[in-house]
Amino acid sequence: MLLKDLFAVTMLLSIYGLLSATFFVAMDAVDVAFTEASVGAGISTLLLLVVISVTGRRERRVRHKPYAALFVVILTSMLLVFGTSDMPYFGSADAPIHNHVAPRYLNDSMQEINVPNIVTAVLASYRAFDTFGEVVVIFTAGIGVLALMSVSSKALSKSQPLNRPRGLYEQHLVIRIVAKTLFPFIFLFALYVQFHGDFGPGGGFQAGVIFAAAFILYAMLFGLDAATKVIKPAVIELLAALGVLLYGSVGIVTLLNGGNFFDYDYLLADPIAGQHLGILIIELGVGITVTCVMIMICFGFSLRRRAYEQKVAIRPKEGAV
Amino acid sequence: MFIGLANTWVAILLMMIGLYIVIAQGNLIKKIIGLTLFQTSVFIFYISMAKVEGGTAPIFSSDISIYSNPLPHALILTAIVVGISTTALALSLIVRIKEAYGTIEEEEIQGLDEEQD
Repeated sequence: MLLKDLFAVTMLLSIYGLLSATFFVAMDAVDVAFTEASVGAGISTLLLLVVISVTGRRERRVRHKPYAALFVVILTSMLLVFGTSDMPYFGSADAPIHNHVAPRYLNDSMQEINVPNIVTAVLASYRAFDTFGEVVVIFTAGIGVLALMSVSSKALSKSQPLNRPRGLYEQHLVIRIVAKTLFPFIFLFALYVQFHGDFGPGGGFQAGVIFAAAFILYAMLFGLDAATKVIKPAVIELLAALGVLLYGSVGIVTLLNGGNFFDYDYLLADPIAGQHLGILIIELGVGITVTCVMIMICFGFSLRRRAYEQKVAIRPKEGAV
Repeated sequence: MFIGLANTWVAILLMMIGLYIVIAQGNLIKKIIGLTLFQTSVFIFYISMAKVEGGTAPIFSSDISIYSNPLPHALILTAIVVGISTTALALSLIVRIKEAYGTIEEEEIQGLDEEQD
């Protein structure tokens, strides 16, 4: 990359995320496209921008001869391209990937689970244990960010910086009012995505990111103080753990009812109704955890940034030790 | 002839761009962006493998008989959200490095470390 302006690099990455989302639509992966559009083009851009505002926008370039790196990259790519000669061709229906477990999902999931969106059936029922692992990873990453970014509230409230630049929320009345009228629709859409995931593209992961985006938008427009008044950080942390607990407890209940871990057939007397209930609850758990972890991460970064600015403002010489 | 393999080559190209950025760039944020590119190339590889000629999105409907493979979709869907969480963790490490060293350039950090020793 020749760009030295990290802001431009971040914007390019955001466009790349949106483009790859459209590519996923073309490849029939509507659920994945949904997630990539909200994560790749939305949340990740936002996080990078917050970090760049702390670390500085300009890259200090140190010129090296890139030959060693180029050699490694070209060698690896040649080996990989050599490896592709045995790969099945694009779109061929007789590729091994389409003949192993996928036919069972495609043929039997309507009888076994009765959820039209097969991706949701695979994600939330057949491979519920995998998804549980993923949710725990997200939760752990959230805890990690919290541990690294936490600022004591005492240090924050001790002194407000003297001449903070006015935020977006103080300057632009139009944006603020328009956004305010949009919030109900964002929440309605997120709820639709959350609970319609059985029938169309959607589910807990996508809905969680959309919910989080609404709160982060609120924080951007009305300031972090207003946002932390709407939803307290302690509540978010509690809810993030509660989502994982909700998910895991479904597995425990199926165990107690005599089934395997996450075998929803045993949740209710009717196996199909049990499957529907199980998927509903675990998607809810996923949605809550993803929402709270994303909000937690963004608030954590913003608070840390404010603390850093204050530190630099108070002791401009010692700011960078 | 080999045009049917073009999807894997595009994935390899993206992956190698990501790998090159991770190795050659000294700026830690650019390294993270390189890792993100690397990650997306794997997503593109998986999703393009799942496509079946003439198939549609795997949402059941009575008048459709060919669907694309839903399994890679389920795997990548969760991988994207896990990816952003781990990226956030990496970014928070970068913020801490900035606070401790005052820079996020790899060279300068190494220089400061050697000064201390």
